[in-house]
Amino acid sequence: MIDGFIALYIFMLAAFVGHEVIGRVPVILHTPLMSGSNFVHGIVLVGAMVALGRAETGLEMTIGFIGVFLAAGNAVGGYVVTERMLEMFKSSKEKR
Amino acid sequence: MDNASSLRWLIEASYFIAAILFIYGLKRMSSPVTARGGIVWAGAGMLVATLVTFLWPGMDNYVLMMVAIALGGTLAWVSGKRVAMTDMPQMIALYNGMGGGAAAAIAAVELFGGEDHGLTFSVLAVLGGLIGSVSFSGSLIAFAKLQGLMKSTVRFGGQQVFNLVLLAVLLVLATLIATQDSGPALIAIFFLLALVLGVTMTLPIGGADMPVVISLYNALTGLAVAFEGFVLQNAAMIIAGTVVGAAGTLLTQLMAKAMNRSLGNVLFSGFGDTAAVASEVHGSMKPIEASDAGVMMAFANKVLIVPGYGMAVAQAQHKVWELAQILIERGVDVKFAIHPVAGRMPGHMNVLLAEAGVPYDVIYDENEINAEFATADVALVIGANDVVNPVARTDPASPIYGMPILNADKARNVIVIKRGQGAGFSGIENGLFFLDQTRMLYGDGQAMASELIQAVKSL
Repeated sequence: MIDGFIALYIFMLAAFVGHEVIGRVPVILHTPLMSGSNFVHGIVLVGAMVALGRAETGLEMTIGFIGVFLAAGNAVGGYVVTERMLEMFKSSKEKR
Repeated sequence: MDNASSLRWLIEASYFIAAILFIYGLKRMSSPVTARGGIVWAGAGMLVATLVTFLWPGMDNYVLMMVAIALGGTLAWVSGKRVAMTDMPQMIALYNGMGGGAAAAIAAVELFGGEDHGLTFSVLAVLGGLIGSVSFSGSLIAFAKLQGLMKSTVRFGGQQVFNLVLLAVLLVLATLIATQDSGPALIAIFFLLALVLGVTMTLPIGGADMPVVISLYNALTGLAVAFEGFVLQNAAMIIAGTVVGAAGTLLTQLMAKAMNRSLGNVLFSGFGDTAAVASEVHGSMKPIEASDAGVMMAFANKVLIVPGYGMAVAQAQHKVWELAQILIERGVDVKFAIHPVAGRMPGHMNVLLAEAGVPYDVIYDENEINAEFATADVALVIGANDVVNPVARTDPASPIYGMPILNADKARNVIVIKRGQGAGFSGIENGLFFLDQTRMLYGDGQAMASELIQAVKSL
């Protein structure tokens, strides 16, 4: 079980990690990074899958279906646009 | 170990690996040299976590699940591949909203399911549902505004009071739902009102502030995902959601700071409310022909190019880079000077220049380049306005007073490519255009860049 203080510790440490990882990022990468972090919270897909998987009534199944649909859009769309943006960042020393 | 517990172990181990890959990927994405690999690492983490979730014990509805993933994934894939780089901000808003909606959906399923998780978990489920819903509808409004589907600002009397009352009602409902066995009707009303709050919060915010709002909703979605992760006892969601929540909050603050606005200011007051007291600017705008401007740049030692969103709208970035290349061949020192809020998001201009093939090492940040304007022979301003307005340094009455700007006015000569004589996006007169050393090159950005190329080539 992830509970009580263990949960708080995870929350606190992860928050510092997020802060540190972004802390020294140059402005030129702000847009791709926002897009990249947008992709990362696409992990909500696994939660939506579990919610749909355990849904019993018609209402729960409908909401669960919408959840998985939206989450898949978040994950896939976030990946595609981030990859497209970062693909273009090249140094002048690299061959084009 | 029996079968079920070894399966459980496999799932937890995979989530652990996914969490490592997410953090490592984000870390790599924060440097231009390694950024391209970063998203692939994070993507691998996502794939592992998703595949292993199919093995979760006691699940059903696999067909529905596959259909939903295929539908959502395909739509997002196609739209993500097609979207133009100029439209990137609203696309990110859309995908982010989808994530918020998914977090809210998880909360709804858990709450409607009526299983007793204990008080802490109910509170987190309800809060995650609230935040996720606001992020969902708010992001959709942001998308609609930037996409031009709706008027950019909608205000009505007592809007802020209305929003505060709505928030208060939502918090009361949240307390009721979390602490008591409330019926499905109450839960439904709760989610509906949360969606309304997202809409009414975002409606009054102007187009220029949208990037800050999108970034904020990105952070909120992360937080909602983390909360639902606690509810579902899913470590991958907790860690990834919290990391994004913290990173997104920091990113939002950085953006607001670059625009010289506080977050509260962005959310609760409309930009331009104070624009009526804009100061008077003296002097006249002096036009120049492309051929003369071309000569000026061709014989310069150092040319700094200041691109703004207008350049992207005119799709002139390819021509501008072509111009820069010819100048570089002639031995001119050419650099691009980018303001943090050039484009529609911090870094958006860099993406647009990167698309045109401009290497990132000739692109400089405001604080890296500002001292160099004094030694520049020509500052070429194309499609930028407020970010080079010296009024921001001199006139305390101006709404942009105090905003960090690019010191284009310190250059020996300034050439401004501009469509017409009107004021910019914010409606503020630009003192730079009236200076003695400034010449205006009127016309479409792309056409003017082509003419400049011709002028330089013909020498």
